[in-house]
Amino acid sequence: MLLIRCPYCEAERPEVEFAYAGEAHIARPADPSVLSDDEWRDFLFIRTNPRGRHFERWRHMHGCGRFFNAVRDTVTDKFSMTYKAGAPRPSDEEIALASSAADSAASVKDARP
Amino acid sequence: MLLANHPLLGKTITGDTASKLTIRAADDVARFSLRIDPAAIQAAGAAFGMPLPTRIGGMVEAGGRMALQLGPDEWVLTAPVAESDGIADAFAALGETHSLVDIGHREVGILVEGEAAALALRSAIAFDVEAMAVGTGCRTLFDKAQIVLIREDTNRFRIEVWRSFADHVWGILHAVSREIALGL
Repeated sequence: MLLIRCPYCEAERPEVEFAYAGEAHIARPADPSVLSDDEWRDFLFIRTNPRGRHFERWRHMHGCGRFFNAVRDTVTDKFSMTYKAGAPRPSDEEIALASSAADSAASVKDARP
Repeated sequence: MLLANHPLLGKTITGDTASKLTIRAADDVARFSLRIDPAAIQAAGAAFGMPLPTRIGGMVEAGGRMALQLGPDEWVLTAPVAESDGIADAFAALGETHSLVDIGHREVGILVEGEAAALALRSAIAFDVEAMAVGTGCRTLFDKAQIVLIREDTNRFRIEVWRSFADHVWGILHAVSREIALGL
């Protein structure tokens, strides 16, 4: 079972409680009517689809109900960190710090008899 | 009228002595879903008659009333059925913008008690039930049904589930209690 940390509940919760909600940090154009068809298509449908680090939205559907953002590696499926919706995109240092903290917490957990 | 339609009315799964597990339908209570700005939580607590919890998962109990925080701006309140109208009136007089919805008829309560309670719940709940602190609660999934799970004591849990899902949850608990009784 994949565990995801909800930044609102501040707890690790099972993946089944969550719903995926697409790529994060895609701002809706302030005035859609001035956009060309191609620009509007890009806003609606064109996503980065990276191999590796991906910023994405999730919703804690069967928990607190909130949308939040997560940093996940699309190759390993490993979550580096999660953060509240509306927060700026975390820097590389913040992500490295958060994922190393999570790793050390996980190794302590594994060591438990 | 409400009790006459209760899907689990009077039902009990009595574990034998070996199973250390008793599951029964809880007495009916009044339930409310409260949505309010966390900044106004003091006023809401005054209306409800006791301070509301301020962190997600936190539960406060006093005088037969219970308040549990489910989300950043969401609480579930329960109280004896007779106090339902009084609570609705108290919140109607509240000056803060809020939403109070009576969900008393939507859900039924199930009490899971005994030494094997956590074991029984673990069969259908994906997170670590044993690690859950006493006096906390959360919304989660039981098999595929959304429930609110409250740990009232080390060996006593309360499940609040929509009445349409109640038979499903009850059926699973019934099967699990048989497995535990038989030592499987």
